[in-house]
Amino acid sequence: MNKAAGTPVLRTRGLRKEYGKGEGLVRAVDGVDLDVSAGETVAIMGPSGCGKSTLLHLLGGLDRPSGGEVFINSRRIDNISEKALARIRRTDVGYVFQSFHLMEELTAVENVELSALLAGRPPRAARRRAEELLDQLGLAGRARFLPSALSGGQRQRVAVARALSNEPLVVLADEPTGNLDSAATLDVLQLFEELHGYGQTLVIVTHDARIAATADRLFSMRDGALVDETRLTGGTAGNLGALIGLEG
Amino acid sequence: MGRILLVGRLALRDLRRRRTEAALLLIAILAATTTLTLGLVVRDAASDPYESTRAATRGPDVVASTGDFAQPADLEKLATDPGVTEHSGPYPVIPGELEASGRRSDVQVEGRDATVAAVDQPVVTQGNWVSDDGVVLEAAFAQFLDAHVGDPVTLGGRSFTVVGLAVTAAMPPYPGTSCIVSVGCANGAVPDDRDLPPELLHNPGLVWLTQADARSLAPARGPMSYVMKLKLADPDGAEAFVDANSGDHGGTMMPMQNWQSILADATELARDSQILLLIGAWLLGLLAVASLSVLVGGRMADQTRRVGLLKAVGGTPGLVAAVLLAEYLLVAGVAVAAGLAIGALAAPLLTESSAGLVGSAGTASLTWSTVALVTAVALGVAVAATAVPAVRGARSSTVSALADAARPPHRTGWLIAVSARLPVPLLLALRVAARRPRRVVLGVVSIAVTLSGIYVLLVLDSVLGDLAGTGAYTEPQVAVLRHVLGVWTVILLCLAAVNAIVLTWATVLDNRHASALARALGATPQDVTVALATAQVLPALLGAVLGIFPGGFLLFAAIITITGGDGDKATLPGLWQLAALVLATVLAVAALTAVPAHLGGRRPVTATL
Repeated sequence: MNKAAGTPVLRTRGLRKEYGKGEGLVRAVDGVDLDVSAGETVAIMGPSGCGKSTLLHLLGGLDRPSGGEVFINSRRIDNISEKALARIRRTDVGYVFQSFHLMEELTAVENVELSALLAGRPPRAARRRAEELLDQLGLAGRARFLPSALSGGQRQRVAVARALSNEPLVVLADEPTGNLDSAATLDVLQLFEELHGYGQTLVIVTHDARIAATADRLFSMRDGALVDETRLTGGTAGNLGALIGLEG
Repeated sequence: MGRILLVGRLALRDLRRRRTEAALLLIAILAATTTLTLGLVVRDAASDPYESTRAATRGPDVVASTGDFAQPADLEKLATDPGVTEHSGPYPVIPGELEASGRRSDVQVEGRDATVAAVDQPVVTQGNWVSDDGVVLEAAFAQFLDAHVGDPVTLGGRSFTVVGLAVTAAMPPYPGTSCIVSVGCANGAVPDDRDLPPELLHNPGLVWLTQADARSLAPARGPMSYVMKLKLADPDGAEAFVDANSGDHGGTMMPMQNWQSILADATELARDSQILLLIGAWLLGLLAVASLSVLVGGRMADQTRRVGLLKAVGGTPGLVAAVLLAEYLLVAGVAVAAGLAIGALAAPLLTESSAGLVGSAGTASLTWSTVALVTAVALGVAVAATAVPAVRGARSSTVSALADAARPPHRTGWLIAVSARLPVPLLLALRVAARRPRRVVLGVVSIAVTLSGIYVLLVLDSVLGDLAGTGAYTEPQVAVLRHVLGVWTVILLCLAAVNAIVLTWATVLDNRHASALARALGATPQDVTVALATAQVLPALLGAVLGIFPGGFLLFAAIITITGGDGDKATLPGLWQLAALVLATVLAVAALTAVPAHLGGRRPVTATL
């Protein structure tokens, strides 16, 4: 998972996403220029409806921009075929969603191995990798549980394990703690801290300042544009809970 | 008043909002109502015209003839039996040959008085009753000959003019004509390798002349016979009367036929048509139930949320139930009206066999009982479809109804484990199927029922082809039965196609989230499209195989049992034909599901997630 710091993994230039036309035109993303280096954790904050999630969808190739360019590992992805985009999502990008999006009928380990199976990995290898990840995330004892039998924090951990299954270049997290209580939020934040420690590139969209405080860089977003950038010194490794007031 | 308006408006808006679902729902109920109407109308059409004809012609309860041994005096003696209230005849009957418009046919010529008879006075449907040198043809026989009033014909070497067409209840219509002449008759086709005795009449029609004209014709093939028509004090005891007087108890041997056996002969073809139609109706009913289960089940989650919404804005459980019921009632009402109309209009195609009866051809009509039964079935469907969401809505709290999520998917562990070893589209397809096992069963049943029907149709078609040559049915009769099979086939295939589309669309909607997630995790739109289509094709393959064996075999056996036929004489489709049928089914399902699956595979991921 360790990657050389400083190498740009994700880059956008003049990225735009518009809906409607004429007087009904809405600029969900309006001319975003963003560089994310390997191993870096970037947080994007802003109020609801400012375009954070749309930006994340554009970064991972889930949605196509109206204009501008998106590069992953120096490869331009905004103009490639749907099939090629799917390949990128399989190998280079891992998603973590606010509402987990786990398959209700699959156990935790089956959910985690799904990405690897879609990427064409042998079933045995996919299962081994899923079990390793769940073990690393402290869910070894919950591997055969259905999502409905897991707590919110555990479900999000399963979702993170799934995102990591194919060792992606970048993990994109959309409000990863939005549906969690304080204890579960701490749980997930500690997990991201560990990922950060391993050098995993992370882009986290949130409207929660406590989450944003864990990043290397913090962007503020308003009306579809990045309006402010703050470089945070050294992240929060090792001291996270105390910093964001979730402990004790 | 305001509440009724509100209910109507909400129901209409919801139907308009989901037009495709409403249309599919309509088609499913319509297929059921149409087939049911056809079955019931044909049943009525089969028996009513004979009853009408019997009433209009003062039809006899017993028809007695002299046969080989009796004399007219024996018939006269029979008329004095205390059980006989009225009689007409004895009338002379002569075997002969008629030539009209270049066509020849054997006939039984019955000599009648120009005056009205007390029993069996045939009703003239065109032209006039017998007169000197004027012949009247039995209506179905005239239809077979394509003879019309005014046409010249030759009978026993003499020329006559067709002065009228008439129907009688004393004999089944052509070609089921009873044999009165003593020389005997052979009905049906004659195999090439068999020679009939030359005097025997082959498929004779019935014609009437004046007694004088009839007697003037020299019996070409044997002695003159006589026939007498009797009315009994107890028409229901006609069978007992025949048993007591037909010679088995010491009297002179006289061939007799009671009105019940004439009715059975007259309506035999319609009865066979009705059996085929009712079996078809059962199959179609099963298919319609499968469609409705999927459609109603698919709408359930949506409706539960709608119930929550209505309750949140102040609607009572009663209002909620009324809105749901109004929606289904509207669809059911349209389906009833259309089904009754289509069924009544199509029924005459299946009752042409009764052309020799009063008011038969083209006038198969709806009775109140048919209308009531079809309406009851459609309304039953509407109420059943409404009951579950209405009760659930009434019971659930407003908050939980508002938050109601889709029914959680089913987990089939072994299938999930097996699918992990398969290519991505198959992996996804098996998991899509495993999520809703009941829907898969419906898909299998739907195709199995269709294929069972198609298998039986193939066998029956070949049986009918063979029958046309052996004489069990004449060619026009085979054509009528083929009409019935055609109606079957068209409705069966239409409903099966609707089912395939409904099932696929329900699967697409149900898998919106799972499909979007799979794509977010790297599946291509093609992977998802192929998976959604394959999830329908695999059950279709299973259903096709089960539909032929044991489905088709069992259904054919059931038909043979019901109709009392001989299944050993049927030519069963060959193995290659069955394989082609399965392949064609799979390809047809693949084609039908391609568009909905394609649409499902390309839904925007971000909007769904």
